[in-house]
Amino acid sequence: MSLVKKFPKEVKQILSKYPTEHKRSAVMPLLYLAQREDGYITKTAMQDIAKMLEITETDVAAIVGFYTLYHDKKAGKYRMQVCTDLPCALRGADEFMNALCVNLGVKVGETTEDGFVTVEAVMCLAACDKAPMFQTQGPDGIKYHENMTVDKTMELVRTLKHAIGEGN
Amino acid sequence: MAHVLLRHRDIPDINQIDVYKKNGGFAAFKNAVTKMQSNEVTDVVKNSGLRGRGGAGFPTGLKWSFIDNKNWPHYVVANADESEPGTFKDREIMESNPFQFLEGIAIASYAVGATASYVYLRGEFWQVAAFLDEKIAEMEEAGFLGKNLFGTEYSLKIYTHLGAGAYICGEETAMLESMEGKRGQPRVRPPFPPSYGLYGKPTIVNNVETLTNVPLILENGADWYKNMGTADSAGVKIFSLSGRVRKPGNYELPFGTTFRELIYTHGGGVQDSLKVKAIMPAGASSSLILVDDDKILDTPMDYASVRTIGGDLGSASVIVVDETVSIDWLINKTMHFFRHESCGKCTTCREGTYWMSHLTERIHDGHGKTEDVDLLLNVAKQMQGKCLCALGEFSTMAVVTGIERFRKDFEKAVKS
Repeated sequence: MSLVKKFPKEVKQILSKYPTEHKRSAVMPLLYLAQREDGYITKTAMQDIAKMLEITETDVAAIVGFYTLYHDKKAGKYRMQVCTDLPCALRGADEFMNALCVNLGVKVGETTEDGFVTVEAVMCLAACDKAPMFQTQGPDGIKYHENMTVDKTMELVRTLKHAIGEGN
Repeated sequence: MAHVLLRHRDIPDINQIDVYKKNGGFAAFKNAVTKMQSNEVTDVVKNSGLRGRGGAGFPTGLKWSFIDNKNWPHYVVANADESEPGTFKDREIMESNPFQFLEGIAIASYAVGATASYVYLRGEFWQVAAFLDEKIAEMEEAGFLGKNLFGTEYSLKIYTHLGAGAYICGEETAMLESMEGKRGQPRVRPPFPPSYGLYGKPTIVNNVETLTNVPLILENGADWYKNMGTADSAGVKIFSLSGRVRKPGNYELPFGTTFRELIYTHGGGVQDSLKVKAIMPAGASSSLILVDDDKILDTPMDYASVRTIGGDLGSASVIVVDETVSIDWLINKTMHFFRHESCGKCTTCREGTYWMSHLTERIHDGHGKTEDVDLLLNVAKQMQGKCLCALGEFSTMAVVTGIERFRKDFEKAVKS
C-alpha cells in the first residue's frame, strides 16, 4: 500500500509545512514515516516518495544513504544506539558498551538471537553529562535513556518486550 | 543571580504557557510588533553586543542587518542541530524553557520580515520536536503565532524540521541544503545565507541559545545585557561542562568566569581529586589547552582571553581531561568522530579525516612508529586552510595541538 493511502493525514500535514513549489523538503519527514512500521525503508517506499515529490528514486536513495537514522535493511525491533564519543567515553561509555554486549550476547553491530535488539555505537547524542547513555530507535520513535547501567538496560529490554507482547 | 536563559531553574513550570506569560512572556514580542520598526529591533540586538552562541561568535544584530531587502520572502531558521561532542545546552533550553526560545525566533522573524520560520532539530531530538510542536500549537491558540498578530499586518508561522543524524547539518549552509530535501553538504560561501539562504531566499540562521537571549534583551534593554560579561563578550553563556568532573552539566554564567570557577566551584572539581591535564573548551573541535601551569585555570572564559592560552571558546563545551588520560587515545576518539561525520564533498576533508584516523588508530593500537606521528601532524597541517567548511578545518585542531603540546604521550604510544 502506498504511503499516502496508509498515512493520509500525516502525509498531508507534512506537505503543508513547506511551500508547494518546494515540496522536495518533505523527503526527510516522509522517510521517517516510511520507516515507522518495519524500522527500515523499502525500495517501494522510496519509489513512492520519489513519485510524490517529483524527484528521482536516486535522489531519495542518496538521502537514505547519507543520514544515519535512515535504514534500508531490517535489523532488530529496537536499535540500541550507544554513544561512545569522547565526552561519554571519559565517563565510562566504552566499558558500559562492552559489558552490555556481553550481557546481550552480541558484538557491536549485531542483533540478539530473538531479533529484538541491535546494538550500535553512535556519535555524540548531546547528553554528555548523563553518560553512559543511549537512544532506542524503534516503532515508538527515538527515545533517550540516560545515566544508564547494564542492569537498568536489561530491565528496559524486558519492559519493551513486554510492551509489545513478546515478553515471557 | 537569576538565570537569563535557564530560567526554569528559578521559575518552576515556565514551560507552561500561562506561567511563561505571567512572568512577562511574549511582552517583548508584542511590543516589537506593535510599537517598533523592524530595524529598531535589530538595532537593540546590535547594541546589546550579543554574539552567536553556536561557536563562531558572530555579532547577531549585525547578521540580521545583512538581510537582503530586495529579495523576498525571508526566512529564519533556528539551528537546533546541537551535535558537537560536549555540547548539550540547546536541548535543555528547548525542553525546559521552550517559550523563551520560540519568542526569540518570533522576534528575530519580525526583525527581518520573515513570515515562515523553521527550527531544524537533529533527528535524535525526536521527542523534543514533538514537544515543541505542542508548544507552537499553544502559541497559535493564544494568538502569539498565526495571522495578523496583535491586530497588525504581521503574520508568522513556526515549523519544526527533523534532521536524521548528520553532524555536518549544524553548518548553516549544509542545514539549508538538508531542509531543501538534499544531502546535507555545505555550499560554497559567499553568498552567505542573509542574501542566499533557504530556497535561495534571504535567511537568518541563529543558534537556539542565541535566540533565547533575545526576548530579555528587548525587555530589559541593550545596556542591561551589555553590562554583563566582558567588553569583548557581552552577556551570559551556558557552559556545558563534561568529562572528568564530579558534577557535569550546564552552568549559565557571565562571560569572563574563570575555568577554575566553572570546574571547581560549579563542577565540584575533578573526579578522584586528580589534576586537570587538558581542557577542550569548544568540544571535539577544540584546540587542546595544556594545563601545565595552575594559572591557566584562572583564565577568564571569554572569546578574547581563551585565545591567549592557545584555544577558542567556540560553543563553550568545556571537556575536562585529567592526568590519567593519554592524548593519543583522545585524538583517536576525535578523529573517529570527524572521519564518520565528514560529508565527503571536499577532497581535503574526506581524504584527510580518513587518513588521519588510520594514523591515530595505528598509533593508539601500538603499531605506530615515530614517523607516523610526524606524518599525522603533516597531514593535519596540510589540510588547514584548504577545507570547504569548518568541519574539516576543526578536525585538525586537536591533532595539531595534541601532538605539539603533548608529544610525550605519542612517543610513549609508539614505543610501547
